[in-house]
Amino acid sequence: MCTVCGCGTASVEGKAVDEHGHHHHHGHDHGHSHDHDHDHDHDHGHSHDHVHDHVHDADHAHDHDHGAVHAHAHDHTHGDVVHAHDHEHGHDHGHAHDHAHGHAHTHDHDHGHDHGPDHDHVVRGVDAIDYGGGLAGVHVPGLSQDRIVKIERDILGKNDRLARDNRRALAEKGVFALNLVSSPGSGKTTLLCKAITDLKASHPIAVIEGDQQTSNDADRIRATGVKAIQVNTGKGCHLDASMVGHALDDLDLPENALLFIENVGNLVCPSAFDLGEAHKVVVLSVTEGEDKPLKYPDMFAAADLMLLNKADLLPHLDFDVEACIRAAKTVNPRLEVLTVSARSGEGLDAFYAWVEKRAALARRPA
Amino acid sequence: MHEMSLMESVLEIVEDEARKAGATSVKVVKLAIGELSHVEPEAMRFCFDAVTGGTVAAGATLEIEMVPGQGWCLDCAETVALSERFGACPKCGQHKVQMTGGDDLRVAELEVE
Repeated sequence: MCTVCGCGTASVEGKAVDEHGHHHHHGHDHGHSHDHDHDHDHDHGHSHDHVHDHVHDADHAHDHDHGAVHAHAHDHTHGDVVHAHDHEHGHDHGHAHDHAHGHAHTHDHDHGHDHGPDHDHVVRGVDAIDYGGGLAGVHVPGLSQDRIVKIERDILGKNDRLARDNRRALAEKGVFALNLVSSPGSGKTTLLCKAITDLKASHPIAVIEGDQQTSNDADRIRATGVKAIQVNTGKGCHLDASMVGHALDDLDLPENALLFIENVGNLVCPSAFDLGEAHKVVVLSVTEGEDKPLKYPDMFAAADLMLLNKADLLPHLDFDVEACIRAAKTVNPRLEVLTVSARSGEGLDAFYAWVEKRAALARRPA
Repeated sequence: MHEMSLMESVLEIVEDEARKAGATSVKVVKLAIGELSHVEPEAMRFCFDAVTGGTVAAGATLEIEMVPGQGWCLDCAETVALSERFGACPKCGQHKVQMTGGDDLRVAELEVE
């Protein structure tokens, strides 16, 4: 199923959409409850009982110098269960893969301990505090009890975990990945074709193309002689980390490659989804308004570089480059800006230098 | 409309947590959404019913708690309210404000039965 909108139509090019997919729900719910009874005997003699409910991750110490007889009952709930998904991990929490395609496909899961799937511990604590269930978790069968379950889980948590997986996989190969975002028609694909032509002699290059429909863009990229994989998002308005993960499996990138991910043309949604890239690069063309960064601030805030494209058209337009850059810097003071033309080649050397400098840092030592 | 896919993720979390809590139905889903996040609460509401239909959360009420935006003003050296990303400091009017809160996007709690 499509992880984007549930429409079931997302496909990685060349793969049948496999509705059965396979779903790994390694959802171990860790609400470890430890009961510690500390008995301290001290030399003077009043006694009292503490009941602590601790929710913590770290070691924890009490210093009592007054010396009473304490009967502590600690409920320790080891807490924040949103872990980075780590394939060599000891345990993983609430981690789910949705595989929308059906080819043989290897994951290395070294689960250090053996929780069966859907293995549930007692649900208490940070993960789920049962306020309504009675103090001792008493549940009276047959009586319905409305309960509040505290969750505090990040809605983008799953995407972010998958993005971290992608990022690690890329780092292991020394691959430098850029996520190109823009509105439709800003010239991303033309820019990419030009960049590939100019850089392919010095770098292995691969491209992941995101579009709702068609493989037109991937076809254009392939015409330059590099490997491209088209991801059709169906009704989806953005690429997510899961789609890119699958595409990476299929791409089998060479070491120290440059990977360009051309996101779905959309100046809104892709900003929220980390794909595991090193940088988001927002492409804005001078045929759009100079106030685009103010109108769509999230994307410009999420990007590290803005390419102001189609600069060759500037003589024919009333586009105020300075105003545009000012607008972009207002929403993101750290944003770097380069004015380029994919058509004339103007400014592209600066872009290539920007890429080279960062790709060199990502590269694996020879 | 990425609210739809975010709501899909919400549902995934809700179903997971409801199952863990042994709940038969979910009455209330409470989200915490930052004022400075990229999410439109109304769009989330719109998607909620569509996404939850036929699930353990069918018919549940969606409550959205807006988390106010805040930032650290470098010049004033204090935490100030922030109504937009990279907005100006309400005290000194400068833009040297680092966003420190209000981009939340969380499922805060559930009321289950």
